[in-house]
Amino acid sequence: MQFIKPLKFFILASLLVFPILFNQIGMSFYLDLATRLCILAIAAVGLNLILGYGGMISFGHAAYLGLGAYAVGIPAHHWLYGGLDFLATTNGFVHILIAIAISGLFALLTGLICLKTKGVYFIMITMAFSQMAYYLFVSIEEYGGDDGLVINTRSEIPLINLDDPIQMFLVSFSSLIFFMWLVHLITKSNFGLILSGIKDNEARMVSLGYNVYFHKLIAFIFSGIICGFAGVLLGNFTTFISPEMIDWSRSGELMFMVILGGVATVMGPLFGAIVFVILEEVLSSITIYWHLPFGLLLITVVLFFRGGLSSLFSK
Amino acid sequence: MQNILKIKNLNKNFGGVIATKNLNLSVLDGDIHAIIGPNGAGKTTLVSQIFGQVFPDSGQIFFQNIDVTQISEYKKSRLGINRTFQITSVMKSMTVSENIQLATDKIRENSLNFFTTFTNKNYVLEKVDFCLGQVGLIEANNQPVASLSHGDCRKLEIAMALASDAKLLLLDEPMAGLGPSETQEMIALLNKLKGKQTILLVEHDMDAVFALADRISVLVSGEIIATGEPNNIRHDSKVQKAYLGEA
Repeated sequence: MQFIKPLKFFILASLLVFPILFNQIGMSFYLDLATRLCILAIAAVGLNLILGYGGMISFGHAAYLGLGAYAVGIPAHHWLYGGLDFLATTNGFVHILIAIAISGLFALLTGLICLKTKGVYFIMITMAFSQMAYYLFVSIEEYGGDDGLVINTRSEIPLINLDDPIQMFLVSFSSLIFFMWLVHLITKSNFGLILSGIKDNEARMVSLGYNVYFHKLIAFIFSGIICGFAGVLLGNFTTFISPEMIDWSRSGELMFMVILGGVATVMGPLFGAIVFVILEEVLSSITIYWHLPFGLLLITVVLFFRGGLSSLFSK
Repeated sequence: MQNILKIKNLNKNFGGVIATKNLNLSVLDGDIHAIIGPNGAGKTTLVSQIFGQVFPDSGQIFFQNIDVTQISEYKKSRLGINRTFQITSVMKSMTVSENIQLATDKIRENSLNFFTTFTNKNYVLEKVDFCLGQVGLIEANNQPVASLSHGDCRKLEIAMALASDAKLLLLDEPMAGLGPSETQEMIALLNKLKGKQTILLVEHDMDAVFALADRISVLVSGEIIATGEPNNIRHDSKVQKAYLGEA
């Protein structure tokens, strides 16, 4: 059992060191890949909080990624082209605040309704709300409609230059570590204990005097905010945001990462994101039908490794 | 002694089926009050109404002289009414002590502590030890609940109810599914609580009921046909008729 922790540390360290090393010898592609990986992993960490620890299978979490990215794109758009002066800014802290507020609010409003349902209904209604966000952004001409919106200016944060790929990567990597630590802390807290109690036996938790609905809502909002933050990074990374990022198939990919990596584990979402990003690169270079082997892999993992990839490490 | 629970003219119909009919009941503080009755008499429906999972069509329920008729389940639990279920209901994927911890008011009242845990605090640990000690599960402390026997799960449920400092404990068929020796253990366990804990006991096992109860109410077709001390109930002609048919 002793080797587990060093192994995890080794994986994190390689994730930090190798992309930068490759970048220094001219293979900047790997740095891009690692940055995208970190950002998706943050979103997966956020989703894992409710899917893994809380048992709420949300099929709409790409919406928060999109909201976060638009929280960068829209203020930057107005800063450049005028209009909506109160919103126009390139200040990164304002972007993050907007992203947190909007994704928190979206989670609150949709959560109030979604959490009245369970099981398949919950899956479908979370997907329905994210599709509503999708069609909302498709219909707004000002922000490019379904052509998407080019983010001309990245968020400006003191002492940090997100235009520099290495700094962009370091910000994404440290954010990932921060959110993994934060979610770990939450799951070890009173609230986390209650959340896993709710996942296990909701009726019993009600009869023990817990306001189950309220606690689920809080977790749902936390999860949305984490994904919203990942969206801010994603917008800054790709400098482009389109409704396609909110599409339900994107939400499916996030679920894929969490389930593949292992639900309710700290490292699971990261493992899932690593495998997802690598496979996506490798398989899509071989065949355009790369989703097929992808699906087969997921089925294999679900059937034979119930705890996901993390369970391989803890055995 | 005072009434801890008082039910007045309670009615509940499911479609055309009358589950509770003009029911009046008082439970005295400190008593073990048993409710018995043939299958389908409406015992579980009554428990569900007291606890708030099902709301009555009419009538009132008073708990410590507060009208709790329309109060929802989790709020009733906070007032001090706790229940166990006919079918064992515990958090199976968690450990025994985690189950007890969740039942303690300290964790519940600090449920929005996102970054700190109370599970290593002395008063929680002491509570867990005390409650597990009461039911004789202290060695199982760190075991996952999934590894417990059915009988031990039953005991765990009682321990959770104790940990919640329930003023009134509704036990819905605690002997259900227990073997003869386990039943004896459960009777001994409940006997230990006698006088300290007010219990409303719904049970089929007559030996257990007559061994434990201070008072017994007999429920037939949603109505209470008799309430009294075990000896009086045993010799009540209406009760005998209900249980044994026309003799």
